[in-house]
Amino acid sequence: MITVNGVNKSFGSAHVLKDLTFSIRPGLMTGFVGGNGAGKTTTMRILLGVLSVESGQIEVDGSPITADYRAGIGYMPEERGLYPKMTVLDQLVYLGRLHSMTGADAKARAMALLERLGLRDRAGSRLEELSLGNQQRAQIAAALVHDPVALVLDEPFSGLDPHAVETTVQVLRETADTGVPVLFSSHQLDVVERLCDELVILADGRVRAAGSRSELLAAHTQPEWELDAAADTGWVREAPGVEVLSFDGGRVHFLADSEAAAHAVLAHAVARGTVHRFGPVTRTLHEIFTEVTR
Amino acid sequence: MSTVTSTPDRTTQPRSSRRTSFWTAVGTVAAREMKVKAASKPFIITTLILLAAALAATLLVPRLGDLFAGGATRVAVVEQTVPSVQALGEDYAPQTVGSEDAAREAVLSGAADAAVVPDPDSPAGVSVLAMTDAPSDLVQALSTRPGVELLDPTAPNPALRYLMSFGFGLVFFMASVTFGQQIAVSVIEEKQSRVVEILLAAVPARAMMAGKVLGNAAMAILQVALLAGALLLGLQINGDVLPLDGMGVPILWFVVLFSTGFVMIAALYAAAASMVSRQEDIGSTSMPVMMLIMLPYFGVIFFNDNPEALRIMSWIPFSAPVAVPLRIFLGQGQGWEHVGSLVLLVVTTALAIWLAAVIYERSILRTGRALKWREALRG
Repeated sequence: MITVNGVNKSFGSAHVLKDLTFSIRPGLMTGFVGGNGAGKTTTMRILLGVLSVESGQIEVDGSPITADYRAGIGYMPEERGLYPKMTVLDQLVYLGRLHSMTGADAKARAMALLERLGLRDRAGSRLEELSLGNQQRAQIAAALVHDPVALVLDEPFSGLDPHAVETTVQVLRETADTGVPVLFSSHQLDVVERLCDELVILADGRVRAAGSRSELLAAHTQPEWELDAAADTGWVREAPGVEVLSFDGGRVHFLADSEAAAHAVLAHAVARGTVHRFGPVTRTLHEIFTEVTR
Repeated sequence: MSTVTSTPDRTTQPRSSRRTSFWTAVGTVAAREMKVKAASKPFIITTLILLAAALAATLLVPRLGDLFAGGATRVAVVEQTVPSVQALGEDYAPQTVGSEDAAREAVLSGAADAAVVPDPDSPAGVSVLAMTDAPSDLVQALSTRPGVELLDPTAPNPALRYLMSFGFGLVFFMASVTFGQQIAVSVIEEKQSRVVEILLAAVPARAMMAGKVLGNAAMAILQVALLAGALLLGLQINGDVLPLDGMGVPILWFVVLFSTGFVMIAALYAAAASMVSRQEDIGSTSMPVMMLIMLPYFGVIFFNDNPEALRIMSWIPFSAPVAVPLRIFLGQGQGWEHVGSLVLLVVTTALAIWLAAVIYERSILRTGRALKWREALRG
């Protein structure tokens, strides 16, 4: 488990990370969300050791992170970049070798990844000859080529078409399933919501919310219910332990003190006629994000 | 779009250490630099042009005279003067005629370039007849010469001294500027394309910089070595035309000093480049480095006949690679002075590398406006 423990960082007079603490658990995909300038990229650079901390520390399984561990992390920076004039395979092999792989190992691993990402026939092309989407896939291969011990990906899905997002999601999920901790940031909250197991929401250099997706959803979802029936539902106002939030003919949106109170409402409704729909109201990550970062 | 769902092929076992050692990283980076350079068309073309120019200069230029000479001088002779013209060798073709008048006639008609006739009044015993202008080489060849004793036959030839200072200066200047600029371009390329951030996640910044400097230095030294080889080959073929005497040791010193000095310049160029984000801005930070290369170059060319100026320049690390070999060639200074200059150069180079590494580490991830040297040093 990688733990960011009380990290502070300033650039000049700008205090960009304020006592940041969260964990990235092995085998899970942790989504990292926050507005522009919230501190996501700085945090990732600190994890990789490209930037240093001012105070606080990064720990791996409880002890300070080592240069050895860091060198094993697969990294995809926010600003993409590979050598434009080098072939895709050559740069993957080069990066593998900089991560202490032998040339032959690096080549075998690179070809397997390119195959997996649907780029095998472009292995010999120079990066600049590839479409933007394919360059992005090459970038993902670059983060994975050395069989990383952890993944840190800054906006891995930006610029990808829906098919490429699917392939990338599968590759990342498979990597996580081998027991590797994965941290990825994204502005596409629907992708994050679908993909991540855990979530860290950052605003203004502080962690605003963190935990598993269901925990977060539960913590930020009040016991609200929705009933959609054929008959008028004006009677719900009179039901015990219930507060109506909105009402429109057959539809009603209400808060209930307990599940029992809500179920009593359903029983009444069924007695009065057809019920089209009944259930707790779930909120989207988008709503929660807007709420906690406000 | 592939929809293969198999798990990635794990062809490699997890390795115990993920970090490459410093020098392995340096070697890997240097190898890439060399490979890129060796495959680059401009590098190949420049090298070929330089080699062709070196061969042409050494092989063809000394023979240019032959091209314009137009064969042997035709000399009309009478029986008595045949031996004296024959003794002059193949450059003169004696044509025997019957009498002095016939010889005079041959020159007037243009059948001969000159005539040699007996003349008891002349100390040489012969006279040269010509139309408007006596062929001076013929006159000189027939003249009796006083005995000559050379007291210092190995003293440096002034023309050779000039050629040498110019040659060393030019090679150092050209190699430093062209390869320095190329290192700068490749540093900025990595910074501009952002690949540097991925690289820095894998290897330390100083390993990156060291690999770049060493890889490019190796290619520069290879190019200069090829050039020197071509020059020496040309001189060897023309062995009798240009004297190589006494140039071997200075050239050896030059190679050692050049290799060291080049690494120093290359490191400074890498540092200059790390401070800017766009190729267009490189001039603003590389200007001071350029000055450091240009001043000694012109200094040595202008002051190569001034021993005091050469002595001072041999103690300045930036001009030492040119000044020291020249002093050795000219027989100036003591052995300890040359070794001292070399030691000073090595120490300065180590300092320059350290300084450049500090600047590179601090600047390579900063984008936007070009930094100033002072800002980069302050951190």
